[in-house]
Amino acid sequence: MEFIETLISGLSIGSTYAMIALGYTMVYGIAKMLNFAHGDVIMVGGYMIFLTMTALGNPVVGLVAAIIFCTLLGITIEKVAYKPLRGASPLAVLITAIGMSYLLQSMAQMIFGSAPKMVIVADFGNLKLGSLSVPVYTLITLGCSVVIMVILSLFVKYTKVGRAMIAVSEDRGAAQLMGINVNGIITITFAIGSALAAFAGFFMLMKSPSLSNTLGAMPGIKAFTAAVIGGIGSIPGAMVGGILMGVVEAFSLHVPAVAPYTDAIEFIILIVILLVKPTGILGKVRREKV
Amino acid sequence: MALLEVKDLEVYYGVICALKGISFEVNEGEIVTLIGANGAGKTTTMQSVVGLIPSKAGSVTFEGKDITKTPCHKIVHLGMTQVPEGRRVFQELSVYENLLMGAYSVKNSSSFKEDLERIYTQFPRLAERKNQIAGTLSGGEQQMLAMGRALMSHPKLLMLDEPSMGLSPLLVDQVFDIIKSINKDGTTVLLVEQNAGKSLAISDRAYVLENGKIVLSGTGEELMASEDVKKAYLGG
Repeated sequence: MEFIETLISGLSIGSTYAMIALGYTMVYGIAKMLNFAHGDVIMVGGYMIFLTMTALGNPVVGLVAAIIFCTLLGITIEKVAYKPLRGASPLAVLITAIGMSYLLQSMAQMIFGSAPKMVIVADFGNLKLGSLSVPVYTLITLGCSVVIMVILSLFVKYTKVGRAMIAVSEDRGAAQLMGINVNGIITITFAIGSALAAFAGFFMLMKSPSLSNTLGAMPGIKAFTAAVIGGIGSIPGAMVGGILMGVVEAFSLHVPAVAPYTDAIEFIILIVILLVKPTGILGKVRREKV
Repeated sequence: MALLEVKDLEVYYGVICALKGISFEVNEGEIVTLIGANGAGKTTTMQSVVGLIPSKAGSVTFEGKDITKTPCHKIVHLGMTQVPEGRRVFQELSVYENLLMGAYSVKNSSSFKEDLERIYTQFPRLAERKNQIAGTLSGGEQQMLAMGRALMSHPKLLMLDEPSMGLSPLLVDQVFDIIKSINKDGTTVLLVEQNAGKSLAISDRAYVLENGKIVLSGTGEELMASEDVKKAYLGG
């Protein structure tokens, strides 16, 4: 029973990581950049949920507000900070992304202060089945994530825009020759990634109600790790990597002897996978075109 | 009025001048070829005309409209489609999905089925392999796919960059036959080739590019008869 409880907890943490990792991996695949401000979009979403919850007390409205605000924020960050650097050296883009991350964290601290806020989204209690007892929020997280991931996969595979995203990620020049507006596709990618980050923020606050300006920092790094483990640029890879990280985390936390080393274990997995398969679990080797 | 008119086009890679002011034109219904050795600037010309590479000076006019500064993704909407060097089909997408991307700029989706049928009739090999992932096709099949993909957008001007590159002699003949038939169906063709003999044979007119400059021009027959061209490009 304990095994199943831990597994469900792991799947729930993992699907939250997967939500975040999808944002990293899609932006990397399509815009060819690492958006290190992605984790902080989660945090901004968290504060949006906090504000709406305080004003209206409805978690669903809070989630919707966070999704809308984060989507607009993602689009704005891309337009203001990254678009002017299209064609610049990757290092310049990377530094800008890190700067954007600190900017968002500092602004949140200036506006909301540094003391953590309590955001009780809702108390769903536990689901009991015989001797099995599972917190309901983990099931909500898991269920929502599965639905979102299925929708996203179908969107990418079967819509015109989704296929254009694959085309741009594979060969930007050839995509332009087909008449695909690469800037438009990049904007859509940032919008989707940021909306998923808002969901992740909601899931995280359901799990633990403490909200501060560094809410997204550690999960951001872990989800980025998950994206690399799964194969950066690969959408199924981000899902697999995220779930793997979450399950490992849950089981590691469950064993008292190794619990303090949980973060280290997760990053060791990254190192091992990079040594064995440098492209990640589902990553593909792409020949550089000349 | 020429369909495509390129005037004094200059392109730089950093400080290196790749095109030193080239001018040429393509009239409606023609097959026009640019020939030249490796590094002469053929691909640079093709990419610069469609806006993939910015030009420093000069102008590109299509159907009398100045498109020098038009972004690449809008060019295809005007009726000018390019099959890039090295084919560059979308390796992870199926043959069908590649053709779908070719029709990306077509607003009227009702013609899609007809267009697809037309391409499958013209390239039966693509019909046989429509659900196959493009990365697993042979070089010749990928070239057919790249051409089919470009034709999905109903181009008035089809630009082909080294379509015969890396293909067996038999396939090269096939590719040139297809180019001729595409042209016969009313599509104007601008061709870039290293295979000077084959391309001059099907061309109405041609230009010889050397070190970023046009050094010679004339009808396909004239150039085939020219001593300079014979020496430099036709092996004798």
